Amino acid sequence: MTYIVRRLLLLIPVLIGVTILTFVITRAAGDPTLSYLQNPDRASPQAIEEIREKYHLDEPIYIQYVYWVNGLLHGDLGYTHSANNLPVTTAIAMKFPATFELAIMSTILSVLGGIYLGTISAVRVNSPLDQSTRVLSLTAVSIPVFWLGLILLMVFYNQLGWLPGPTGRYDTVQYNLSDLHPIIGFKTNFLLIDTVLSGNASFFWDVVLHLVLPSVTLAFASTAIIIRMMRSSMLEVLNAEYVRTARSKGLPERVVIKKHARRNALIPTTTVIGLSFGGLLGGAVLTETVFNWPGLGQWAANAARSLDTAGILGFTLLTAMIYVLANLVVDIVYAYLDPRVRLG
Amino acid sequence: MTSKTGSKKPAAASKTPSPLMVALAPRIRELKFYFHLMAKSATSIAGVALIAFLVFLAAFPFLFAAARGIDPYVIPKDWYEPDPQAPSLDGYLFGSGENGQDIYYGIVWGARISMAFAIQIVGVSVIIGTVFGLVSGYKGGAIDEVMMRTTDIFLSIPSLILVMAIAAVMGRDLNSTKLALLAIWWSGYTRLVRGQVLSIKENTYVDAARASGSGELKIMFRHILPNSWAPVVVSATMDMGTVVLVMAGLSYLGLGAPYGYAEWGVMIQAGQEHFVDGAWWMTVFPGLAILMFVLAFNLMGDGLRDILDPKMRR
Repeated sequence: MTYIVRRLLLLIPVLIGVTILTFVITRAAGDPTLSYLQNPDRASPQAIEEIREKYHLDEPIYIQYVYWVNGLLHGDLGYTHSANNLPVTTAIAMKFPATFELAIMSTILSVLGGIYLGTISAVRVNSPLDQSTRVLSLTAVSIPVFWLGLILLMVFYNQLGWLPGPTGRYDTVQYNLSDLHPIIGFKTNFLLIDTVLSGNASFFWDVVLHLVLPSVTLAFASTAIIIRMMRSSMLEVLNAEYVRTARSKGLPERVVIKKHARRNALIPTTTVIGLSFGGLLGGAVLTETVFNWPGLGQWAANAARSLDTAGILGFTLLTAMIYVLANLVVDIVYAYLDPRVRLG
Repeated sequence: MTSKTGSKKPAAASKTPSPLMVALAPRIRELKFYFHLMAKSATSIAGVALIAFLVFLAAFPFLFAAARGIDPYVIPKDWYEPDPQAPSLDGYLFGSGENGQDIYYGIVWGARISMAFAIQIVGVSVIIGTVFGLVSGYKGGAIDEVMMRTTDIFLSIPSLILVMAIAAVMGRDLNSTKLALLAIWWSGYTRLVRGQVLSIKENTYVDAARASGSGELKIMFRHILPNSWAPVVVSATMDMGTVVLVMAGLSYLGLGAPYGYAEWGVMIQAGQEHFVDGAWWMTVFPGLAILMFVLAFNLMGDGLRDILDPKMRR
């Protein structure tokens, strides 16, 4: 418990630092009034004056920071001009499910693939299979995500026609979001859930097909990282005394690997899994752009291109929060799984 | 190879080896051992060979594709053929893009752009990070605290996203990408070096140096630094590739190199437009170039890690 409290306290300076950093970036971008105006082109001089008044933009920079943070704490980050001039918080809430659905799918893929491949590489260490996994995982972290996405599209959409093209989360011609009427009375905006709750099987299948390529693309790099971690911690564990004991008891090798070795090797691997979930957001910017995925990443890329400061910073702050929280969760889970950490 | 012959010749020529050679002998022996280990691993040889080729390509791009136009980094257009042409041996080797942009030319000169970019970012970041990390770890106290909380901030945002935010407000070109990367990339090395310093400074030889009256700077740079470089080398090698991935990613998003530039990321972006026409070469070749570049450094870094980590090699 003290460990968790200590970790939470350590978060405070980091979060303050992140807000200072993003604040500095905002102010470097030029006139801060723009991001508080819903329609900068049609803003009256009075409206501009009101905003300067409200956020104390005529006062010294540190006072401006205080008012900016105050706005931030009240969910007021201005308007994002690259997403229909919506308030930033509304835009985030709207686009979050698409990204989250994608991130979850690709995490599932990379965790399953990474643990499986990492385990067999370690069990058959230095075999041709191990060597090729090593080269494959080095290749996977070296591939540009956006290029991989394009190549997958080229093969599976252009050439083979097995999977849908880059049309976002579903076939917009054939289906419509307003056709969905989930039995729980409201939409979760997670299409996999909404389509099931509406009992629309063909829509559900369409959503699944649209998820395949983006989530494989996004999963590639983190799978490689999980493989490496799993392999090295498996190797360490396989040399441990208790594994030898388990073997000398006459347990079948399968049981030794699955129950005695792999469970313990998973402990360090959880760290990487948690961290790579945070890192997925970086990959999401590129992946979503390739696949026209209407999520946070695509919005961030559009915001960066059109110099929509409010959008860029909303996204940057959000990823920092998620990243920091993912780190925290990882540390806590790690401390729970491995009691030795708590003492350190 | 040079160090190998260099170590033997003076010893054979004169009966009494020079003091310099005596001092260097263990280092050279260690280096030879590294070469020996490196040569045993096929993947690291592949990495080194690829890097050697890429360095040559980056140093002498005009040997592969003669520079044309005022700015050699802008892919020349011949205007005869507005539509992309498929690769052929007597025409464009890797095909052409819009208005006869030679993809092969772009790949060759893109190597120079990527290599220069990576060397600048990684070089400067390593220097800054090493100095900061040394001071932070050695001095401890308030300096260390401030330094570590600062790196925490930079490391708490995925690098691509932070670079994107900074580059977006600074202007959409390769220079602002470069500055944005420089602004954040040092933090990783600072952490790495600091960690090393913390454990190394507890060694008795550091106490001995201090007891014999060595100054702080001398202790930091002569006694601690040479013993903490191994993980920095591994990380810097791999970062050469990572930095190019970030650069290409930003260019692909339209935030880095401008259209028509011999930069692989922006070339892929241009190719994407012609995807449906079946002009696969515009996308495939620049992507393979990035993959080759990044993979080369990752293979070498991976090999170096095995070599430099004594726990794994013996």
